[in-house]
Amino acid sequence: MEMLYAITTGILTSCGLYLTLRGRTFPVVVGLTLLSYAVNLFLFSMGGLTTDGAALVNEGSQFADPLPQALVLTAIVIGFAMTAFVVILAMRARSEVGNDHVDGKKEDRE
Amino acid sequence: MIQHLIVLPVVLPLVAGILLLYQRQGLVHYKRAVSVIATLLLLLVSIALVRQAASGEITYYALGDWQPPFGVVLVLDRLSALMVLLTSLLAVGAVVFACGGDDEKGSNFHGLFQWQLLGINGAFLTGDLFNLFVFFEVLLLASYALLLHGGGKARIQASVHYVVLNLAGSSLFLIAVGILYGATGTLNMADMGYKLASLPAEREGLVTAGALMLLVVFGLKAAILPLYFWLPRAYAAAPAPVAALFAIMTKVGIYAILRVYSLIFGEQAGGLVALEQPWVWWLALATLAAAGVGVMAARDLRLLVAYLVLISVGTLLAGVGMRSVEATSALLYYLIHTTLITGGLFLLAEMIGLQRGKPGTRIVKGRPLVQGNALAITFFIGAIAVVGMPPLSGALGKAMVLVAAEGTQRVWLWPLLLLASLASLIALSRAGSTLFWRSHRGSPSGSPLSRYQWFGMLWLLSAAPLLVAFAGPVSSYTQATGEQLANPQLLIETLLPDAGETP
Repeated sequence: MEMLYAITTGILTSCGLYLTLRGRTFPVVVGLTLLSYAVNLFLFSMGGLTTDGAALVNEGSQFADPLPQALVLTAIVIGFAMTAFVVILAMRARSEVGNDHVDGKKEDRE
Repeated sequence: MIQHLIVLPVVLPLVAGILLLYQRQGLVHYKRAVSVIATLLLLLVSIALVRQAASGEITYYALGDWQPPFGVVLVLDRLSALMVLLTSLLAVGAVVFACGGDDEKGSNFHGLFQWQLLGINGAFLTGDLFNLFVFFEVLLLASYALLLHGGGKARIQASVHYVVLNLAGSSLFLIAVGILYGATGTLNMADMGYKLASLPAEREGLVTAGALMLLVVFGLKAAILPLYFWLPRAYAAAPAPVAALFAIMTKVGIYAILRVYSLIFGEQAGGLVALEQPWVWWLALATLAAAGVGVMAARDLRLLVAYLVLISVGTLLAGVGMRSVEATSALLYYLIHTTLITGGLFLLAEMIGLQRGKPGTRIVKGRPLVQGNALAITFFIGAIAVVGMPPLSGALGKAMVLVAAEGTQRVWLWPLLLLASLASLIALSRAGSTLFWRSHRGSPSGSPLSRYQWFGMLWLLSAAPLLVAFAGPVSSYTQATGEQLANPQLLIETLLPDAGETP
């Protein structure tokens, strides 16, 4: 379980990082989205992974740490709003500058 | 009422911002009045907060009466009170300047401005690491929209870089917070500092990783060397009142570095004490060097002021890197000076650009200015203050930072800081003589500037003589702040009364 979780987070992060470093705005936006998914998963795991436990305090038996859940909720909301904003910004940049390069250059080749 | 005073710097801009959303267009006078009155009220509240904090007592406000470490708290000590006061002083100048016409170039300027203040004040007051993230996001979202205010190609280009970088920074912030929470089991900064004292040895690596990741995030906000490349373009493209308000944004990063590493990684942290120090010190010096070069290379007055902001960041972070009471005191004095003066210079640059017409703020020959003499004199005063020549506040601030350096630190800091100051002196005198003296023949044209703009700019620049006149009380306050920061035990005991008994 832990292994699967860690590998998933790692793959998401590396894909996100790779795409964020691209030169066009669309891959950058997708990269940021993947990065925020990875971060959300990571945050969620920080209270320790609990399987078959109660979601909240359940007397006596095993229960999951509630705080990371609250943190993840906040992070998801903020991340979602930011993604919406950056999509609109990328479209504005595309229409004002005339191309979708992050530096506003016409050609990608150096 | 008095116990609710601490939450007012957050609630007041929030309510004002909501009121200002009422209509997208129109109601100009009503909106300006609400925004200016709210900012003035904020100034009064923050003066009251400074008076409360000056006694040396640390007070906190537990939201919903959930006591720390479980609830979210706002903490008021000397440092946070000072930063909130500084924000509101800067905001008054910027918002009055905006009433001169900048607020009508797009929609919802005043509402966004108030929310930006909400985010900044919240970041200064919060005692909770995750809430620091939330307030950072609030101030960033407002700043994204404000940066785009008025539109235009340059602003959108600068915005794309600024937004993408800060989104990546937010992800890193969350990862760092997650690591620190996983290692210590708390998010309250005071509690985290307390728990680090009894940290199991195998978790030290984890905490170090989290702490240094936080440094990257704060360094991005503060614009330290490898992470500053977004700043000159964004600040030079932003509308003038927004750029002036952004002068405090880099200081939010510096405040966060000061707060987190003095409180969480203070003396009680054992092997992790001062783990940020070498990084901050050397990168600050490198920032100074790079900013000195940038100042000389800038061909636009606004870009020049943006690089002056970078010089101040380098100076301030060098002060943080020294990590002594004297250095903290000196850097706080310099921080007040540099925030207000660079804010004022952004406003002044916009006024000069407006009068010059087509050449704008580019440092090239242009037509004579209608109000050239008055602008030239204020530019002269602002330049003297920001370069750090006597008799204005910059000289005092820089001298205090220089004196605070000890031993081999002097060998590195003195030449770099003095050379960076020399570079800004040369660049500013070149800019001034080109803008005001090397003009085309012919009669001056252009319309006189609005009195709101004059008031806003002079309000900020008047800090330079006032900070010298009241250098005594201000520096004794910053000295006391430095001592309070060096002794985080006080804050921990105030927030967690149980912590003192079982060390």
